[in-house]
Amino acid sequence: MNNVIKLETPLKDETVEALNAGDQVLISGIVYTARDAAHKRLCELLDAGEPLPVELDGQVIYFTGPTPAPPGRPIGSAGPTTSYRMDDYSPRLIREAGLKGMIGKGDRSNEVVDAMKEGPCVYFAATGGAGALLARCVVSSEIVCYEDLGAEAVRRLEVKDLPVIVAIDSRGKNLYSDRE
Amino acid sequence: MKSISCTDIEKEVMALCLSAAFDLPEDVETVIRAYLSKETSLRGKAFLEQYLENADIARRERLPICQDTGVAVFFVELGQEVVIEDGLLPDAIESGVEKGYKDGLLRKSIVNDPVFGRKNTGTNTPPIIHVSLVPGDKLRIALAPKGGGSENMSALAMLKPSDGRQGIVDFVVDTVIKAGGNPCPPTIVGVGVGGNFEVSALLAKKALLRKIGKPSPNPDYAEMEREILLKINSSGVGPQGLGGDATSFAVHIEYYPCHIASLPVAVNLNCHAARHKEVTL
Repeated sequence: MNNVIKLETPLKDETVEALNAGDQVLISGIVYTARDAAHKRLCELLDAGEPLPVELDGQVIYFTGPTPAPPGRPIGSAGPTTSYRMDDYSPRLIREAGLKGMIGKGDRSNEVVDAMKEGPCVYFAATGGAGALLARCVVSSEIVCYEDLGAEAVRRLEVKDLPVIVAIDSRGKNLYSDRE
Repeated sequence: MKSISCTDIEKEVMALCLSAAFDLPEDVETVIRAYLSKETSLRGKAFLEQYLENADIARRERLPICQDTGVAVFFVELGQEVVIEDGLLPDAIESGVEKGYKDGLLRKSIVNDPVFGRKNTGTNTPPIIHVSLVPGDKLRIALAPKGGGSENMSALAMLKPSDGRQGIVDFVVDTVIKAGGNPCPPTIVGVGVGGNFEVSALLAKKALLRKIGKPSPNPDYAEMEREILLKINSSGVGPQGLGGDATSFAVHIEYYPCHIASLPVAVNLNCHAARHKEVTL
């Protein structure tokens, strides 16, 4: 196990390139939530040559669909969803919109890893099934777009020390396929 | 005859939805602790510790254990001497789900059509309800909210009878290892063997409701459960698929007679947040 690295978003190329698979990271700053339904809409906008409702250059997307916020809290439970469902969309967001980081759970396709090497972009794993624990790291939450999608709307989250592990780094080293 | 009112059923279902979302069952917590004590991967250990801490926060703060509060799957045993009053049983259950998911601030994860539009129903309904008629005057309602991540890793094979025991072992082990980190391991592995196409799938799901780690009463199947679990846990997939010993907590096999030509096998995985609650009226 490696030392814990503290990161602030947005991410610069050199920050992304310095990360290695297996690194434990605490992320602070803004991350955007999006699941497959939102990714589909974002890619449809790219197809149409229209601007995205959220500037993704240098940003990090957290694959999550939180539960509704209880009174007095910024968010309900907010753990990662399975990432492979975004595999058809992520390469485009990396190449065409400048996405630098993704947070989810589970392995990614070769196409995603190829795009991550070009990006550069890094893929973090957060703990699946620990939504109550991870919600503690969310300082604030607001809907940016696609409110009609309910839990799947795009949210702008401010997070503080969100614990993740570099699962696939920008050189393609992959903790899922090269287990220690 | 005994009368049970739809109002009571609705109220009980509401309570089940909340309790299932917030309170990790005792058998799950016990098995996490047991596997934590023998996990050799530091990263794996850290994940198992996080699961326990998460369960503690969820229980104390009434927050969902997982944001995927699932599709509400019910197994209902209706005593033949029970009369349901003031409405229909499925309606009462559906209404209980709608109210429970609304009041409990649980996530609404159901879309109205699987292909066209995929519009969220906004109520987490309809639920999925399996009813069986049993002797007696009781109504038993078991709820197992099922998340998408683990459900998506399910698999079914129509094996040849000649594939036999080994064919089943290989198929189940292969399914779990291929699933990797996607179903949030360590998983509970539900296996349905026999019946036909749809019965094997239903048995696999039902197997997830068994108390975790309780072996099949049939010694042949219990031995198969042990062998499959051992093979899965020597794969190295580990907690979250990021390496370690604990890939599955238990393998539960349910079986049923089948056609001379068939050997159906279904695998349904449950994540480490294996939620299940029941009530008897």
